[in-house]
This record gives sequence, structure tokens and C-alpha cells, in this order.
Amino acid sequence: MPLLPAHAERGALRIGLTPVFLDDQLSFLTRWRTWLERRLQRPVAFVQRGNYREVLDLVRGGKIDFAWVCGYPYVRYRRDLRLVAVPLWRGRPYYQSYLIVPADDEKTNSLSDLRGKVFAYSDPDSNSGFLYPQYRLTALGENPSTFFSRIFFTWGHRKVVEAVGVGLADGGAVDGYVWETLAEVQPALTDATRVIERSPDLGHPPFVARPDIDAAELRQFRAALLDMPGDAEGAELLHLLRLDGFIAGHPSLFDEIARMAVRVRLM
Amino acid sequence: MIALADLSLRWKIPLRVMAAVLGTALAVTAALVTREYDEMRQNLEAHAKSLARVLANTLVAPVLHDDIWRAYEILQSARDPVAIAPELQADVVLVTDAEFRVFVSSRPRVFPIGSSPASQGGAYGRLRAALMEGKSTAQQVIEPADSAYYFVMSPLVADGVALGHVILGYSKISFLPRFIGLVGRAAFVTLLVLLLIVPVSWVWARRTGAPLLALAEAMRHVPGDLETARLAQLPRSRDEIGQLGDAFGRMVGELKKKEELEDQMLVTERLAAVGRMSAGIAHEINNPLGGMLTAIKTYQRHGAGDPLANQTLSLLERGLSQIRNTVAALLVETKPKDRLFEPADIDDLLILVEAEAHARSVSVVTEGSLDSPLPLPATLLRQILLNLLLNAIAAADQGGHVRLGLTTEPAMLRLSVCNDGKHIPDEQMAYLFEPFASGREKGYGLGLWVVYQIVQQLNGGLTVDSEPGCTTFKVDIPYVKN
Repeated sequence: MPLLPAHAERGALRIGLTPVFLDDQLSFLTRWRTWLERRLQRPVAFVQRGNYREVLDLVRGGKIDFAWVCGYPYVRYRRDLRLVAVPLWRGRPYYQSYLIVPADDEKTNSLSDLRGKVFAYSDPDSNSGFLYPQYRLTALGENPSTFFSRIFFTWGHRKVVEAVGVGLADGGAVDGYVWETLAEVQPALTDATRVIERSPDLGHPPFVARPDIDAAELRQFRAALLDMPGDAEGAELLHLLRLDGFIAGHPSLFDEIARMAVRVRLM
Repeated sequence: MIALADLSLRWKIPLRVMAAVLGTALAVTAALVTREYDEMRQNLEAHAKSLARVLANTLVAPVLHDDIWRAYEILQSARDPVAIAPELQADVVLVTDAEFRVFVSSRPRVFPIGSSPASQGGAYGRLRAALMEGKSTAQQVIEPADSAYYFVMSPLVADGVALGHVILGYSKISFLPRFIGLVGRAAFVTLLVLLLIVPVSWVWARRTGAPLLALAEAMRHVPGDLETARLAQLPRSRDEIGQLGDAFGRMVGELKKKEELEDQMLVTERLAAVGRMSAGIAHEINNPLGGMLTAIKTYQRHGAGDPLANQTLSLLERGLSQIRNTVAALLVETKPKDRLFEPADIDDLLILVEAEAHARSVSVVTEGSLDSPLPLPATLLRQILLNLLLNAIAAADQGGHVRLGLTTEPAMLRLSVCNDGKHIPDEQMAYLFEPFASGREKGYGLGLWVVYQIVQQLNGGLTVDSEPGCTTFKVDIPYVKN
């Protein structure tokens, strides 16, 4: 392993995480980090920030090596980032954006019913939690910035579920993969909400690398992710993530997101 | 309330003491509960104020940045999920903006974002008006009069500008269980204390009343039954009741003495009347009697001869002599010249009664003695003692005892004759010294009458004291030393 000393000199591999998955399960993160360290033969550090933007800035600026981000910022900064891997959820590299309302609200059945209401987005850099509903409203001929009486960001999909569940918001946009995972892990939270709309399949939030990443390093990290199902502990970790594995993926997976972004920005 | 006034002290004192104890207990409990309630209120208010202040400080940034979710999270973190003191938990927390619209609330379903709290009506309707009255940058406690809620409002101030308010709403009803618990505990403690104090107080109160009751009971026998009143168990103490008891004892004593004196005077007066009458009758009888006896003597001396006449006159003479003796016995006369009463007279008397005593197996004992002759008429004193001793021997039980007591004082001779056996019944006592009043079949019943007459003439005193098993005659005779 000739590369090992060089890696050791550079110190820990830094991986940025965002709430595209349930990133608040610290015991899980510890296990995953340990597994990666053993697999990569070098220290690994997870870097978490209050919103997507900070993590994106870190990876684009080369302050961290890899990051698990949303498809929307990936397409926006495609030139500054390199695609590493895409998760397989239910066997496919796709997920959906869910439009949710409080479970006790039986009258609201579509996005257009939420006119003049309070709406919760997860993060302005989220595809499922911001771009998709914006795009939908635009497609409906509405102005997303005036359609709702009030909007707010919760900076996390889980918190969108909470905000809608307690009635703080009349509706919210949430990552379908996170919602479904929560439904298994903490059903009490999702039970307080009802999904009224689901988006078409969109590219699942991918792992990206900083622009100047060493090719071997990228290859090694990608291999580690792709090999997770082949390893008992890795498979266990994947099960906890409710994922089936990773694929190398192709940037074209996110073309639909890019198209929506262009459409919204044209407004 | 007449019924209460008429109630016996036996109940009145304990009941009043009980009322005082209960009143005190209630007053103390009420005071404690009030104090505790005030403290609780102050605690709650202080807690609410500090919480509102902290929230207001923390919420400035989220409100400025329009970060609703962050503000909501702060409100949630201020809630205690496991409430140790439920009444410290705010019922609702509202964060309002400068236009008094809900920015965020702890109960979003009731107070949705952007709505006006006043739309809830009731106390919330009046919140804004109250808000306008106070200084916009000062904390306020608002308690609408007829509302079940009260509010603590803290302004959200950034750089001297009011951005809105943090309003903590507390339900007064949530306060109630703790207050009821408080009253319950206080009542329980009071009950325990009462359980301890009531019996003690009751006993004390009964004890306080007891002497008065005893006194009242004794007084009920006055004046009808002085003896019972005298024997009553009266309180012995130096306090007022004790003094009252003493005074009552003295009063009963005086009354009894007066009653006795009256009885005695009655007897004395009657005896004096009897004396005067018998003296008069004796005088009237003695005069013709003397003549008749002289006539008979004269006849016997000079005209004796007719045996029948002699026999008849002799019969008359005996009869007249008996009348003279009887009259003489009724009319005791002091002989101006008599010899002194000497110690030998006592010995003579004992010898004289010895035969009678022996016949009834009664022992006669002498206590005290005369040391020297006394300037008193010996014949009369012998008569007194002889009569009393014979009476005593006759009254004593078969094989009983008679005691003769003698005491000489510088100007007084005290004699007493005492016997056992049956006592003199009360109804007989009043007529004891009257002539022919004897209950006995033997004798004329003049013995005590004679004694009385002699003692009267010698300016002495005569008392009799008769109880079962002991009857005592006491004679005090004054004398003048040469």
C-alpha cells in the first residue's frame, strides 16, 4: 500500500454530511465512521453543519474531501464537484419529494389547496424540500414567493415532518426517503402527517468530492461505498440507512433536477 | 340564647374552651394557608417573569431573522416534558410581532402563525388593550378580572425597539389542585393537633369547673340542710374559688351556730318559764302545807285519843310530807351558808354510786382530781354530780363505762360525765332538762331539772352532747377565789 503514508501525512479523511438522511443518529454515525476507517485504513472525520450551504461551501472550497449532498446543489455546482456514488433506495437510484399536511387536515388534497397557508421548507438548497415544490407551483402558473402567506425553513427534513405534525405549518415539502425511513424508525412523527402528493422519480442525493480530489482517493472511497453490501457490518449499516447499496452513477441521473432548476430560475 | 345562658358550667366551660381551641386552630390554619398561597403565587409569578425574560432575550434573534422553526424549538425547550410542578407550566406561550399577530406559539393549532390572539376571544381579546396601556419595553403581569387566565408579558426588544411580545398564559385552574392539596395538608395537621389538644382541654375545662360545681351543690343545701352543706367537699386552694369555699364554710358555720343558739335560747326560755311557774306553785303550796302539817302535829301532841283519827291524820301527814318533798325537789334553794367543796366529796360520791354501778356491772372511772377545797357550795355540787352519775350509770350499757372528768382552772371548775350506750334521741333533746320529761319509768324525772336549776343559780353553763356510744354532760361553774 504505497499510498498509505501519504494519506497518513494528510491526516483524516473529512466527509461532510447533510440532512439528506437521518444525520442525527450519533451511534450510527460512530459505527459507520469506524467501518470506513477500517476499510480505508485511515482516520475519518464526519463534518456536520447547520445547513446545506455551509457543507457545500466547504467541499467546493476543498476544505473537506467528500460530502453527501442533495441533487439540486450538485447540478447547480456540477462544475465544481465530482460525482462519487449514488445510493440505491428500494433497488433504484431514485427518490421522491413528498408534499405533506397534518394528518387531521382532511380537506387539503393538493398543493393548490395550500394557497395562503403557512408552508414549511426544509432547506433552500434542497431538491425535495424546496426546489420541487417551487417548480410545481411554477408549473401551475403560480408565483412561489406569494402563493403561501408565510413560509419558513426548518433546516432538516425530519423537522419539516415535526412542524407539519404539530400544526405549526399547514403543509411541508420533505424528502420521501427520509419520510419513509422515519415511518419505520419513529412512526409517531410521520403518523401525525399525511402525504398528499409525490413527485416523479428524481436522482437520489449523491456523494460528491471536492474538485481537486486525488483520483486514487476518489476511487478508493467509491469502492468502499460500493462494497458495503459485501461486508456483514457494511450490510448492517446499509440496513440501518434503509438503503440497498451504492452505484457509481452518472451525472445524467440529475438532468431532471437541472431542468426544474432552470425552469424555476427562469421565472 | 337563654338556653345557652342557663347551661350548667359543667358543660359551659368545656364548650367555651373547645370553641376557643377550635377558633384558634381555624385562625392559625387560615393564616398559614393564606401565607402559603401568597408564597405560591409569588413563586409562580417570579418563575413566570424570569422565564418570560429569558425567552424574550433568546427569541430576539429568531424573530429578527424570521426564523419561525428556531423560535418554535426554543418554546418547546422551555416546556418541561415531565412536569414536577404542573402549575409552573405555562398553559400557552405566544410570541407576537409588532402588530400583535402570532409569530409563533406553543400551541400552533389554537394560535396559528399570522393569526390574531384576540380572535380567541375572552381574556385574549383584552390583552392588546392592556398591552397598549403599559410601557412597551417593560414587563407586565395582566390579570383580567373575570378570566380563568392570567398573563405575563415580556417585550422583545432589539436596540430599544419593541419587535413584539412574549406572552405566557397561565391557567388559574391548574393552580387549584395544588391549593386544594395545601388546604388538605393544613386541615390534616390541624386535625392531628386538635386530636391531641381537645381531650386535654376538655379535662382541664372540667377541672376548672369542678370546684364551682361543688360549691353550687353545697349551696343548694342552705339553709335547709346545714349539716350536709357543712360536710360538703369544698375546693381547697388559695385562688378566688378557694376563698369563696372558705367564706362559704365560715358562713355555714355561723349559720349553724346561730341556729344552735336559737334552739338553746328557746330551751332556756322555756326552762326559765317552767322554773318561775314551779317556784310560784311551790310557794303557793308551801304556805298552806306548812299550816296543815303544823295543825296535824298540834293535834297529835294534844288531842290524841281517837285511834281512827290518829290513823287518818297519820295518813294525811305522810301524804302532805310527800307533797312537800316533791315541791322541795322542784324548788331548789341555795343555802346561804354551806361548806366548801372538798376533794373528799368526790370520794363520797363514788362510794354513793358504787352500789348502783355494781348492780349494772358498770365501771366508773375518774379523770383529774381536786387538789384543794374550792369556794363552791358542797351540797349543791354533790347534788349535781350525784344526779349526773346516776343517770349515766342507768344509761350505760350492761358492763359499760362511765367517766367522770374534773378540771380546775383559776376561776372555773369544769366537770364532765360521760357514758357509753344508747344516745339521747334528737326529739328528746329539746325537753331534756324539763321536769317530768324523763323517758324512764323509774323516778320522777326531776334529776336533770334539779341539775339545771343548780347550775343556773351558780351562774354556770350546762351542755349535753350525745352521739351513739358516747353521751357527755359538761358543767362549767365559775368561782371566785378568796
